[in-house]
Amino acid sequence: MTALLELSEVNVAIGTTALLDRISLRVDKGQILGLVGESGSGKSLTATAAMGLLPLIGGRVTAGTVRFDGQDLAAMTDRQRRALRGRRIGFVSQNPMTALDPVQRIGEQVDVVSRLHLGLSRQAARTRTLDLLTQLRIPEAAAVAESWPHQLSGGMKQRIVIAMALAGDPDLIIADEPTTALDVTVQAQIIQILGALVRDRGLALLLITHDMGVVAQVCDRVTVLYAGRVAEEGPVGPIFAAPAHPYTAALIGCIPQEGMEKGALKGIPGTVPSALAFPSGCRFGPRCARADAACQQVPQLRSRGQGLVACHHAEDGA
Amino acid sequence: MTMPAPIRALRRPTGAIAAGWLLAVIFAALFAPLLTPYAYDVQNLPQAYQPASSAHWLGTDEFGRDLLTRLIYGARTSLSVSATAIAISVACGMTLGAAAAWFGGWLDRVVTMVVDMTWSFPEILIALILVAIIGPGTTGTMIAISVAYLAQFTRLTRAQIMTLKGETFVEAARSLGATNGHILFRHLLPNALAPVLVSAMLATGDAIILEATLGFFGLGAQPPTPSWGGMMSAGSALVFKAPWIIIFPGLAVAITVIAINLYGDALIAALDVRAKVRRTA
Repeated sequence: MTALLELSEVNVAIGTTALLDRISLRVDKGQILGLVGESGSGKSLTATAAMGLLPLIGGRVTAGTVRFDGQDLAAMTDRQRRALRGRRIGFVSQNPMTALDPVQRIGEQVDVVSRLHLGLSRQAARTRTLDLLTQLRIPEAAAVAESWPHQLSGGMKQRIVIAMALAGDPDLIIADEPTTALDVTVQAQIIQILGALVRDRGLALLLITHDMGVVAQVCDRVTVLYAGRVAEEGPVGPIFAAPAHPYTAALIGCIPQEGMEKGALKGIPGTVPSALAFPSGCRFGPRCARADAACQQVPQLRSRGQGLVACHHAEDGA
Repeated sequence: MTMPAPIRALRRPTGAIAAGWLLAVIFAALFAPLLTPYAYDVQNLPQAYQPASSAHWLGTDEFGRDLLTRLIYGARTSLSVSATAIAISVACGMTLGAAAAWFGGWLDRVVTMVVDMTWSFPEILIALILVAIIGPGTTGTMIAISVAYLAQFTRLTRAQIMTLKGETFVEAARSLGATNGHILFRHLLPNALAPVLVSAMLATGDAIILEATLGFFGLGAQPPTPSWGGMMSAGSALVFKAPWIIIFPGLAVAITVIAINLYGDALIAALDVRAKVRRTA
């Protein structure tokens, strides 16, 4: 079976700076893939590459292929790629506060997507918009459609952004940290809504997040990125039960648990290295407790259980 | 429901009074023939140099023409020339500024360079040079004024679009497959509009002064068509003999320009775009 979205060994550079190194991932229909990593690990850049929007930020794919539904994005014309965005790939951006045009009514902003991609008339598009808003559990959809972005709360705006992503009836949704800018209480609702969409509509969802808690809650598989490389990949259950990569383990250690002692919540010391000064060998080495001489060599991805891991010490952790 | 900003501007007393004056002037200009029994161009020499009276509320000029009549017809010239000139200037400036910001590259460099160069000359100088080339008259004045203010609107629009281009909602629209045209015309320009319109409102006040100045130098509307500047020019030689001939058109210009500025201030407060205008103007 061909994957809906498949990146194989993709390298991405902006100017002369190499940012992504052999990134591979796949998302199938009806599946939620979590793409995890700290800020600066290359999550959003991977999403940008998946949508074929790299040229906008001055980036390009220097090796590897991005395929959507079997078609190579690089072989498409600009027009074909644009037809894909919105129609087959919906995008939910990080900050709903700024993702809506402040001088257009909510309804018009959602309408325009289905008018453009599905060729609906004004009335048909509005009917569809109201349907979508109702499905996203927005009370008084008709009134909300007539309101302006500044009149809505953050959680409400994020639902509108999701409605815009759904309006073109896409097969894949890419959600770039959809809950980061929201209150904790609203975060759970948005994640639930996204999860329900995948179940009810058979969509595929690429969920970008830095929160392992969110991954545990809804994802089927997870790809962990660190400093532009895949650290570990696999089904959520086994990875949470026994993370093979020390970085994955550290991320899981950052989830607050019930009954934790004060101060017991662990962070990860240090920061993600800048792309201008990636360490040689294993890029996580400088921050890793288990690093030794072997980590001067670049670790290759090798299979472990149902997934893959790139760590010289994966076995001793397992 | 909130009222639109031009209405909310009336909540300030100064805004309301200013709007009242402007509406009165516009009304007078539109219905000039219905408001006065006199013609603006028929001479009546025995009646020359009359001071204000019940027959001639503001007196008569050196040819015995009713001054109020000429003032009202002068409002037609002054307002229509200034407003049309600014409208042309805004339309061209927004197109140029948006194109420069949107396409970037050599177009942006050329537009920015030309704008910066004209920015370094006073508007009056640009207008005088242009009228000298085109020739005096209402059309010449109109073109001269619109070119004189072109740099201002080009600059403002360019700066607005540059800022807006990086906004998340533009990226979001793009990731949902929006075309360039849709992003430019549906997202960028509508968002850039408010500060440009406020700036246009205030520039109309300046344009009235500029039009009066050109008229004063005899470069505006040609006699017998009255314009405020032309009337002041005629009255300047008669300041001691018949001071009302220069005073009333002068007051008309001054009060109208002050009214535009006061209403503009109220509009800025109502729109709350002051910060934007300050930052980029």
